[in-house]
Amino acid sequence: MSRILAVIKKEFLQMRRDRLTLGIVFALPLVQLLLFGYAIQTEVKHISTVVFDQSLSPESRDLTDSFTASGYFDVTSTANSYTAVTRMIDSGQAKVGIIYPPDFAENLKKGVPAQVQVVVDASDNMVASQAVAVANSIGLIKSQQVLFQRARLQSAPYDVRVRPWYNPDGITAYYMVPAILGIIVTMTMVMMTSVAIVRERERGTLEQLIVTPLKSYELMIGKVAPSIVLGYAQITVALLVGALVFRVPIRGSLLQLYLLTLFFITASLGLGVLISNIAKTQMQAMQMSFFVLLPSILLSGFMFPREAMPKVIYYIGAVIPLTYYLQIIRGIVLKGIGFPYLIGQVTALLIFSAIFMGIAILKFQKKIA
Amino acid sequence: MIRIANITKAFGGNIAVNDVSLHVKKQEIFGLVGPDGAGKTTLLRVVCGLITPDRGAVSIMGSDPQRLEGARENLGYMPQRFSLYGDLTVMENISFFGSMYKLSRQAIRERAEEVFAVTKLSGFEHRLADNLSGGMKQKLALTCAMITRPGILVLDEPTYGVDPESRKDFWKILYRLNQEGRTILVTTPYMDEAELCHTVAFINQGRVIKAGSPLQLKRDFPYQLLEVMVGSRDPDLFRSLDLVLDSSFYGDKYHLVVADAAAARPAVIDHLARLNIPVLRLLQIAPTMEDIFVSLAEQEVG
Repeated sequence: MSRILAVIKKEFLQMRRDRLTLGIVFALPLVQLLLFGYAIQTEVKHISTVVFDQSLSPESRDLTDSFTASGYFDVTSTANSYTAVTRMIDSGQAKVGIIYPPDFAENLKKGVPAQVQVVVDASDNMVASQAVAVANSIGLIKSQQVLFQRARLQSAPYDVRVRPWYNPDGITAYYMVPAILGIIVTMTMVMMTSVAIVRERERGTLEQLIVTPLKSYELMIGKVAPSIVLGYAQITVALLVGALVFRVPIRGSLLQLYLLTLFFITASLGLGVLISNIAKTQMQAMQMSFFVLLPSILLSGFMFPREAMPKVIYYIGAVIPLTYYLQIIRGIVLKGIGFPYLIGQVTALLIFSAIFMGIAILKFQKKIA
Repeated sequence: MIRIANITKAFGGNIAVNDVSLHVKKQEIFGLVGPDGAGKTTLLRVVCGLITPDRGAVSIMGSDPQRLEGARENLGYMPQRFSLYGDLTVMENISFFGSMYKLSRQAIRERAEEVFAVTKLSGFEHRLADNLSGGMKQKLALTCAMITRPGILVLDEPTYGVDPESRKDFWKILYRLNQEGRTILVTTPYMDEAELCHTVAFINQGRVIKAGSPLQLKRDFPYQLLEVMVGSRDPDLFRSLDLVLDSSFYGDKYHLVVADAAAARPAVIDHLARLNIPVLRLLQIAPTMEDIFVSLAEQEVG
């Protein structure tokens, strides 16, 4: 125990003198959250739209107004030929083109389906799917209005009422900020500890260290423990930014959030220490960290819903600690749920921590060759 | 004190240490002397348990070679590269290594003072190790190795890259520690330091070529030595002379290895006269460790 404490003390002393790293640890959550919190908007609004109106009727203008009123489409220009529309979309000046045929108003009056063509630039998937969905629903709503008038109905036969719980206004930041927090913590923890052992190996200090009676588990724990403090410091900064800048409500228990975060930190640290034991140089350790972190970001459900992934990828996501932590932090922060609902996730993180640390301790040999 | 028996260690296809057996006696300064890459460091690392040898065993103070952990507590090791924390101060480094052996703060203080008295590091306790000079870094490393008051010190090229003045200083310290009763196993690439050891083992290409006290090694040297100073800088100047078995050029003088100095002398004078090179000095000298090593190493190769 006294040896573990000595290693921890040494780590803190070194940390304190490494101002740059320390600065990065605190600046990271601040800057990243501000940048990504604002930048990442999964809801695409104000899509630039070009209109080619051959009908030039009150009816066509009315429909165009409905498009703009939705907030999703901004009519940025008008065109007077198909080629002009094509050129606008090809060049990227517009993402959506709305084309009215000359007989649009006439057909509407006659009761014949009045066709409108909506061209969408699907090279950007996110924009396209949003545009398609909104365009379709505008079409439906407009048709409904006409049908109601014809059938003299007061209300629709079906009355589906949707209540989006936990985030009724669909504010992206509510969803993103806790997730970014998870990513920042895992990134810092993995990267910091991944160089921890290998740095001593490179500097030659490990050679002096392993002739001492220091046990490998004492070294690992002593190396990892100070980072837990840093992890908590980061989370505190991130939560403050989230609450004060992005007004993310923390609905669940803050205490529980802090307690359950411990297992996520230890899992990330374990992964880092494991990398540090495998890597031969700090460079390799960094590369391996990236190799691990990128899938964490993409497959954990941070960017894309895991339910939509192919089965194989879905299961790969299941061996990533961040996957479980995202469920924990979104659960506590947004849904206000607590430990009883999160036992599974916490257990998974505990298992990760034990496995990673276990392998790291076993793998570390008190030899240099 | 330390018994090294038939140690062999290879890295990949390179044999670093080849069937080496040595015996370091109690309270002697044992010098392992040889050029870079001779296998000195590997051998020391085997002794300290940092490397598992392919064959052979080490026994420290008669301990069972299988259970060296305990015996190694009585061994202070100083690696070749500076292996302390540059971003910790002198005292923090010492405290850290002291607490690795579960020494109390009080004990660490006392022992540090004790070693400081010898190494003269007092006054630098709060300086970062990175900001110490090369010689002082080595003294700090020695202090850390001494924190357990070990009976055995294993030092890997402790004076490498240190200025001559500090080297002399360092050896004074080693002598003092030795007089206090410590056994010291030290490696060095410097032949002048070999003269300072009680026992020297010449090691080259992984093999011990010869071991003994400097006196003994000199007595056993089967040749005689001529030192020649001439106005020439051609390293192969004496190559054509049959009586000269080997010659080494040291910048301003030549050392000629000959079987019989009296017979070789006139031949050398003759040779130089024919080449019109004036002789500035020509005398028979006692062989230095360097002469002996060079000659032994060449026999080995030849």
